[in-house]
Amino acid sequence: MSDTTTHDTAPAEEIPAGYDDGQDHLGLPHHTATGLSNTKLAMWLFLGSECLLFGGLISTYMLYRNRQADQLGPDQLWDIPFTSATSFILLMSSLTMVMAVSAAKRKEEQRTRLWLTVTAMLGGLFLAGQVYEFTVFYREGLGYTTSLFASSFYTLTGFHGVHVAVGIVMLLSLVAMLKKNKVLGDKAETVEMVGLYWHFVDIVWIIIFTLVYLVPA
Amino acid sequence: MSSDSTITDTDSKDPNVAAQHSPDLAASQAVHEGGHGHAEPTDKQYIGIALILAVLTAIEIAATEAGWFSGAPLVTILISLMVVKFLLVVGFFMHLRFDSRLFTLVFYIGVVFAVGLYGVMLATFHFWTG
Repeated sequence: MSDTTTHDTAPAEEIPAGYDDGQDHLGLPHHTATGLSNTKLAMWLFLGSECLLFGGLISTYMLYRNRQADQLGPDQLWDIPFTSATSFILLMSSLTMVMAVSAAKRKEEQRTRLWLTVTAMLGGLFLAGQVYEFTVFYREGLGYTTSLFASSFYTLTGFHGVHVAVGIVMLLSLVAMLKKNKVLGDKAETVEMVGLYWHFVDIVWIIIFTLVYLVPA
Repeated sequence: MSSDSTITDTDSKDPNVAAQHSPDLAASQAVHEGGHGHAEPTDKQYIGIALILAVLTAIEIAATEAGWFSGAPLVTILISLMVVKFLLVVGFFMHLRFDSRLFTLVFYIGVVFAVGLYGVMLATFHFWTG
């Protein structure tokens, strides 16, 4: 009986050189307690927490969207065809991003860099559209402190724009690092992590576009 | 099995070889590569999903601009389309449908918590009745 109750203590496994390549010593991914990539888990935790940030900004906008007294309101400002075009651009950047991830998993590095660059360019186009929209609104008299509606609108869409800008920096940095072979660890996973962030930025815009621009105030 | 062959096998990058030696790790790989038991989409399928997203966006815009609906029915349609688009991007483009359920849980805890928290906040300010 004593044999069955005695637990053998496994000797500590020696970590081989190059362990940080995203795989364990068997060539299997991520010899972690969960069997999952810690990087990926951390990214999903971060995105889950980002939901709370944008949830706060969106609900604040929803609360204040009719607080403009006799100042300019959403109905006088929105240019739906223009915003639809920029939304479509961001939506398509999600497609190019997933193509980059797909190419990275097939270890097609040149194609990965190409799709990442296209994604960054589409993101830049979206951002340019947002800057143009802000400029038009400002010229029409909607300053940041004009009304509660204006403040909450600029804060929400501005925060999203900053996220897009950060995403573009990440994409272009990744392209440069891939080209110089400076990406440590699993390249496909690194591309996938940047992809997760980019898609999150896209889903936030899906919500903003519907609730801010399409749902009548 | 000689020690030499053990080293060779455990160093193998072939998951099938590795699975013979470590079923637990092979299972963890299965979780990693497709925790929900589905194969990841091909590039053509990604393009198909992007087209669906584009069509749904077009329907959203048309429903608003053409004035087919108004009031509560319009808001219901727009919110429904928004949720479908959200789920398509999260499920397919972000691979949550094919990845470990733990990632799904971690992300949706954030989503549900945010919707619940801010739903209560808006209710406190009589947003729905206003």
